[in-house]
Amino acid sequence: MARSIKKGPYISEKLVERIEQLNKNNEKRVIKTWSRRSTIPPEFVGHTLAVHNGNKFIPVYVTENMVGHKLGEFSPTRTFRGHADKKSEKAKV
Amino acid sequence: MARIAGVDLPRDKRIEIALTYIHGIGLASSQAILKKAGISPDKRVRDMGPDDVAKVRDVIADHKVEGALRTEVTMNIKRLMDIGCYRGLRHRRGLPAHGQRTHTNARTRRGRRKATVGIRKKTV
Repeated sequence: MARSIKKGPYISEKLVERIEQLNKNNEKRVIKTWSRRSTIPPEFVGHTLAVHNGNKFIPVYVTENMVGHKLGEFSPTRTFRGHADKKSEKAKV
Repeated sequence: MARIAGVDLPRDKRIEIALTYIHGIGLASSQAILKKAGISPDKRVRDMGPDDVAKVRDVIADHKVEGALRTEVTMNIKRLMDIGCYRGLRHRRGLPAHGQRTHTNARTRRGRRKATVGIRKKTV
């Protein structure tokens, strides 16, 4: 189910603060974050965020199109893509 | 005879049903369109006068149908693929994008069962 509009998008407050700081100083720095659940607001566009995927940080360069998605969508947590059919486990992609 | 939104002309059917032959118009929007145009949904397509057709055409102009709709859908999917988000990756791989299981089933997206010997990665 989608989040109630009344509440507005969820964005980690810490993250907003840090991005605002960067915006004020006109800086661009990679920010590490674990907050995969944060929605990307327009203010983040142009920044690079290192989003944790449970193992390491995946650098995500935020573009305009990404606004409204969540950070976690850009940092895949799984490497196994697709299932091998019964016998061909070894012939995996 | 009645050609609306490009290529569609099923005769002999009730107009309500005939309109659903247009991509992007289902029964619900078909009924809404006819109501707005003031045409009985029970009328057959062959009984429609040119003015009836024109009325329907006018109302349909507000709907995104056929080519325009297809383009929009493709563009939406392309956007997902371009930004490299999870749903985009699933589209690229031709796998279901809404979190369904793929251990079994998902045959619609994954296509026909492959022979057990050579499993090959599908291109999008």
